[in-house]
Amino acid sequence: METLLNDFSPGLFAVSTILLLALIALMVKFAWKPILNSLEERESGIEDALAAAENARKEMQNLQSDNERLIKEARAERDEMMKDARNITDNMIATAKEDAKEVTATLIEKAQASINQEKQAALAEIKKTVAELSIGIAETVIKKELSNKKDQLDLVEGILKDVTLN
Amino acid sequence: MRIAYKIVKFLTIVAITLFTAVSFASESDKTHNDQNDGGRVNTKSEVEAYILHHIKDSHDFSLFSYTSDSGERKHVGFPLPVILWSSEGLVTFMSSAFHHNDDGHVIVEKNGLKFAKIHSKIYELDTDAATVSFDATHHATNAHKTLDFSITKSAFGLIVIGLLMLLWFSKLARQYKTKKVPTGFGRVLEPLVLYVRDEIARPNIGEKHYRRFTGYLLTVFFFIWILNLAGLTPLGFNVTGQLAVTGCLAIFTLVIYTVSGTKGYWMHMIWMPGVPMLIRPVLAIIELAGALIIKPFSLLVRLFANISAGHIVVMSLIAIMFTLKESLGVVGATGLSFVLSFFITLIEVLVAFLQAYIFTMLSALFIGMAVDDHAEAH
Repeated sequence: METLLNDFSPGLFAVSTILLLALIALMVKFAWKPILNSLEERESGIEDALAAAENARKEMQNLQSDNERLIKEARAERDEMMKDARNITDNMIATAKEDAKEVTATLIEKAQASINQEKQAALAEIKKTVAELSIGIAETVIKKELSNKKDQLDLVEGILKDVTLN
Repeated sequence: MRIAYKIVKFLTIVAITLFTAVSFASESDKTHNDQNDGGRVNTKSEVEAYILHHIKDSHDFSLFSYTSDSGERKHVGFPLPVILWSSEGLVTFMSSAFHHNDDGHVIVEKNGLKFAKIHSKIYELDTDAATVSFDATHHATNAHKTLDFSITKSAFGLIVIGLLMLLWFSKLARQYKTKKVPTGFGRVLEPLVLYVRDEIARPNIGEKHYRRFTGYLLTVFFFIWILNLAGLTPLGFNVTGQLAVTGCLAIFTLVIYTVSGTKGYWMHMIWMPGVPMLIRPVLAIIELAGALIIKPFSLLVRLFANISAGHIVVMSLIAIMFTLKESLGVVGATGLSFVLSFFITLIEVLVAFLQAYIFTMLSALFIGMAVDDHAEAH
């Protein structure tokens, strides 16, 4: 202990105090302040950049999900449209079929009506022709009767043979 | 941390045992070595004297000495300025005036005063004395110590390392003006700065206050570390092994945490809440002693003892070359000395960092305790 105290030099203590105070002041002013400030600036810069990257990633994700949603919506719309179209076609076909049926039915009806009419007309004509023929026959018969009864009958028979109704 | 402390403990124990062994030995055979034997260091007692001399501060910067062919002792190095506050006021001269004499035989006359250097201390002789006379215990009887503000080897080392630090770190600071990431040597320094800030200052002081003290902690850390490492070079600095320097650093830390202590910190120290009234004054004495004496004293002694012990151990192991020459032979002694001193130097490199770390860490911890809002000074 005595040697230690003997070795302790108050002069060196004073000198080193002054030198160290100067060193600390100079280092703080010219080295540590600018170094620590730049380091902190850089660190906050890195942090900001990381945060920005994270934000960009999130935005990207949002965009992607938006896109997906849009695609899904578009697809659904398309499906809907196709379904509608199919329905419309089906309806159209169905209506067309019905219309056609109706038209045919009316046509058939009309045809039948006209056939009936024709038939009636034909029948009327036949009746007329028959009447005319009968009259004619009756004429001739009447003409022939006048000469021969037998002949008359033969004639009627013959005429009737010739004239077939259908 | 745990391992680090263990290593420090182990090294301290080793150092203390060696240190005491050395000092005991020097007590037992106190033969004053003759200055005129060419300054060779061959015997055990000379080795001890040499090591103890090295541990001390010195007034000139000597790199090495040798004896020329004509038998003349040559010293290679350079003198440093001596600045004294004597009874007649300020006296300055170069240390070369003492001609490397360290036992008071060379008297320097300046301003009508006579000075002699004895064991690295400069004495002012009494006015009527012509030479220094010694008593039986080798103390000067007709001379007294002066206040010595010399730029000694330690002060010189402090200036050199300080300038080096200023150069390195201001260069690093300037680099940030032009680029985000430093290049060259700055790339080595930046992680160290970040290490001190993020591993020492921030966790120990706390996020809120650490910025104010980081500058001091960084200065102290690099100052101690670089000087510790410089002490391991053959330049032979022993700045961090000087009580004056470590004491100065410890007092800085003391002043900082005493000045910046919060109300809670002082309350816990002087009038501990939650403790019976009668015990409070007792606790206050203990707390005050702990904060004002024990903490800085532990900082001071830890650094001083570790670095001095390291120097003593390394030099003792190098000296095995001479001391065991008889019993092991030249090759054996040199080999053993080389191997042992090589490994202990490696450990010393680790200790150099560790002591800087511990000093800075403890300073940060003490400051953290003082500025903490809920001071845990229990």
